[in-house]
Amino acid sequence: MKRQLPLILVFVFGTLMVIQYFVPHENSEIVKGFLLDWIVIIGIFALALGLWSLVQVSVAKINSRKENWEYPLVTLISLTVMIFFGFTSHAENASWWGYFLAITVFLVALWMFLQGFMGQAANRNMKLLGGLGLLIVFSLLAIFDNSWEFKFYTAEGLTNQMFVHFFDYIMIPLQATMFALLAFFITSASYRAFRARNLLATLLLISALIVMLRFTPGPWGEYLAKTSAWVMNVPNLAAQRAIVIGIGLGIVATALKVILGIERGYMGKG
Amino acid sequence: MRNSFEKTRASRALLLVFVCLLLLLFVSFSTSVSAQADNDSDTPADSILALAAPAPVTDLKAFDTDNDHGHSITIEWTLSADDGAGANSVISYEIMRWEPFVRDSVMAARDSLGWVQARINKFEKEIPLAEESLDEVLTGQPVLDSLSFLVAYDEKDTSFVLTSEYVDKTLRDTIAVMQRDLPVLKVRAPLLPARFDSLLILLPKEYGKYPDAIIGRFDSVGTAVSGATSHENSSAVDSRSMGFIPDLIDYYYRIDVQTSNPNIRTSSETVGPVQSSGQWFNSGLVPVLIAILIFTILTMIFVQLAKKGMDLYVRPLAGIEAVDEAIGRATEMGRPILYVLGLGSAADIATIASFTILGRVAKKVAEYQTELNVPCYDPIVMAVAQEVVKSAFIDAGRPEAYKDDIVHFITNSQFAYVGAVNGIILRDLPATNVYMGKFFAESLILAETGAVAGSIQIAGTDEIPQIPFFFVACDYTLIGEELFAASAYLGREPQLLGSLKAQDYAKAVLLASAIIGIILINIFPETGETFKSWFEVID
Repeated sequence: MKRQLPLILVFVFGTLMVIQYFVPHENSEIVKGFLLDWIVIIGIFALALGLWSLVQVSVAKINSRKENWEYPLVTLISLTVMIFFGFTSHAENASWWGYFLAITVFLVALWMFLQGFMGQAANRNMKLLGGLGLLIVFSLLAIFDNSWEFKFYTAEGLTNQMFVHFFDYIMIPLQATMFALLAFFITSASYRAFRARNLLATLLLISALIVMLRFTPGPWGEYLAKTSAWVMNVPNLAAQRAIVIGIGLGIVATALKVILGIERGYMGKG
Repeated sequence: MRNSFEKTRASRALLLVFVCLLLLLFVSFSTSVSAQADNDSDTPADSILALAAPAPVTDLKAFDTDNDHGHSITIEWTLSADDGAGANSVISYEIMRWEPFVRDSVMAARDSLGWVQARINKFEKEIPLAEESLDEVLTGQPVLDSLSFLVAYDEKDTSFVLTSEYVDKTLRDTIAVMQRDLPVLKVRAPLLPARFDSLLILLPKEYGKYPDAIIGRFDSVGTAVSGATSHENSSAVDSRSMGFIPDLIDYYYRIDVQTSNPNIRTSSETVGPVQSSGQWFNSGLVPVLIAILIFTILTMIFVQLAKKGMDLYVRPLAGIEAVDEAIGRATEMGRPILYVLGLGSAADIATIASFTILGRVAKKVAEYQTELNVPCYDPIVMAVAQEVVKSAFIDAGRPEAYKDDIVHFITNSQFAYVGAVNGIILRDLPATNVYMGKFFAESLILAETGAVAGSIQIAGTDEIPQIPFFFVACDYTLIGEELFAASAYLGREPQLLGSLKAQDYAKAVLLASAIIGIILINIFPETGETFKSWFEVID
C-alpha cells in the first residue's frame, strides 16, 4: 500500500489535469487553481525541510573543522541575521545598541542550542542550559527594550532599514557579480567552440562570424544581414524545430509513463 | 558747413528709406497674417464642424465567445461605408452595452466595501500614533516627523509657523474625529457584504429589461479602432472585479461610429438578447486530443509488445554510456561526483527524468563506494532526491553508506545557488559533474567552472537556448529528448523501451505529415490549406 497509494494519487490527479486542459469552463479553472495552490502549500513546508538541511550540513562542517569551515559559519550567521531583521522593526530615532545586543544574544543562544542538539556529546546539557539562559535574556531584552519590536504579521519587517540595506547593498550586487561572470565565460566558451579543427567546426565559425558581423556598417552590411537572416531562419530554425518536436514528444511520453505508473524514478524506484 | 548740410540730407534720406522699409515690412506682415487667418478658416476646426454624420455599421452580430470560461461576448460587424472609403471620417467604433441603473448601485456598494475596510485599518493604525504624538507635544519633544501624516500645511507659506498650540489642537481634533467615526465604521462594515450580494442577485434580472429607458442606459464597454470588425467584451470570473458580467443573462449591444468631432457619431441598431456561458470542451484543441490519443495507443501497443519479449533496438547514447566510465574515473581518483538537478521544480518533466538518472548514478556510486554530492535549488526537489538516493543505496545493498548530507539544500536564489555550486566545484574538484534537468542563465557559468576544474562533464536539458552552452563546455551532452530517453536506456526495462519506440513512430508520423503538407501546399494549394487546418490549434 505504501507504493500503491502514491501511484493511485498520481494517476487520479494526472488524469484530472489532462482533462482540465480541454475544459475551459470556470468550474474547471477553480479546480485547477485549487490543485495548484497545493504546490504552494507543500512548497512552504518543504522550505522548512530545506532550511533544516542547510543548518544540519553547515553545523556538521563547522564541528568537524573541515577545510573552509568558515564559509558555513558565514552562511548560518547571514541566514539568522536576515530572518531576525525580516521579522523585527527598529523604532525611529531610537538607539541601535539595544537592537544589536539583542541580535548578538540571539545568535549565541541559537548556536548553543545547535551545539546542544547536533554537536558532540560532551557538555551537551551545559550547552542546552546556556542556550536556554541566553534565550531568557533575549526574551527580557525583547520585552523591556522599546527601541525594537517583533513584526510577525505585517510587511513592516521587510521595510526594516537593516534588512533593506543588506538586501540592496550586499545581496543584489553579489547576484549581479555572478551574472556578470557570464560575459567572460561566453568569451572563453566561444573561443573553444569556434576553433576551426574540422569541417563542421569551420562551418560553425563562418556562420558565427556572419551572424556577429550583421550589424556592421558598410556596403557589405546589407548582404551580411540578409545572409545572417537566412542562417537564423532556415538551417538554424529547422534544427531547432526538430529538437522542439523531439522534446515535446519526450515530455508527453514521460508524463504518460508517470501517470500510468511505468516510470517510478521520482519515487526512488527505477 | 556744406559738408554738414549734405550729411544731414543723406541721414534724412537714409531715415526715409528705413521708414519706408519698415512700412513695407509691416504691410507684407499684415498681408501674410490675414492670408494665414484666411487659410486657417479652412482648416480642421471648420472642417470638423462641417463633418457629415458617418454611415452606421451594418450586419451587427453579438454571440457568446467560443471555447472560453464564460463572461465574454463577441461582437462582429461590417465596416461603416465611411471607414477607409466614402467621407473617410471614421476614427473608431465605440461598443455600447445596455446597462441597468442598478449596476451603479452594485459598483457603489463594491467601492464602499473597500473604502470602509481601508478607513478602519487606517484609523486603527493612526489613533495610537496620534496619541503618541500628542504625548510628545505635551512633553515638548520635536514632533514634525511623526505628524507628517496628520498635519498638512502649505510649505510655500513661509509665514506659517507650526506652533505647539496648533499641533496640539489639530491632533486633538483628528483623534476625536477618528474615535468618533471608528465605531460607526465597524458597525457598518459587516452589513456591506450582504448589501453587495443582494444587489448582485438583483442585477441579472434588471439586465433583461431592455429597452425600458427608465431603468437603464447604454454605456461604453470598449473601443475598436477604424478598420476593426470585431470586439470581445469580456470580464473576470470574480464578481467583485471591475466590469464583471454575469453568465446566462440577456445583454444588448450597439456600435457607435465615431468621428474626430465627439458630437458627430452614428449609432447602429441594437442587437440582442445574447447570453454568455462557459464551455465544457474546447473544440479548438481537438487536434491535440487526437494526437494524445494516438500517442497513448502507440505507447500501450509497444509496451505490450516489449512485455511479450519483442526485441527493441535503441541507439546508443554516448552521454549515458559515459556515466559508468565517469563514475569509475571518480572512484580511481578518489574524488566525489557532483550531480546538479537544475533550477526546475519537482513538477517539471525534465526534473522527473533527472530523478531517474540520479537513481541510476546513485546506485553505481553506492556499488563503487564513491562520494556523491547533490546540492539542490528547490526544497521539494531536495526531498524527492533524498528519497531517490536513499532507495538507490538500499537497492545496491549499502544502506549504511547513505548520509543525509549527500542531498542537501543550498538556496532558492539563482545566482546564490550558482555561487555555492561553483564554490563546491573549485574546492572539492569533483572528478565528474552531471548536470541534468532545467537550466537557465547559470548553465554556462557552472559548466565552464567545471571545465576549469578539469572534471568530466555530462549534461542534459530540454531548455533549447542552454543546449549550445552545454555542448561547448561539457564532454557529453544529451540533447532535448535524449534526456527523457536516458532513463529507459539506463534501465533497459521493456516497458520503458516500449514508450521510446512509440516516440520514434510518432516522430515518423509527424515527419510524413510535414512532407505531405509541403507537397500538397505547393501542388494543390486548396487541399494543402485543408490539410494544414487539421493541425491548427486554437487555444
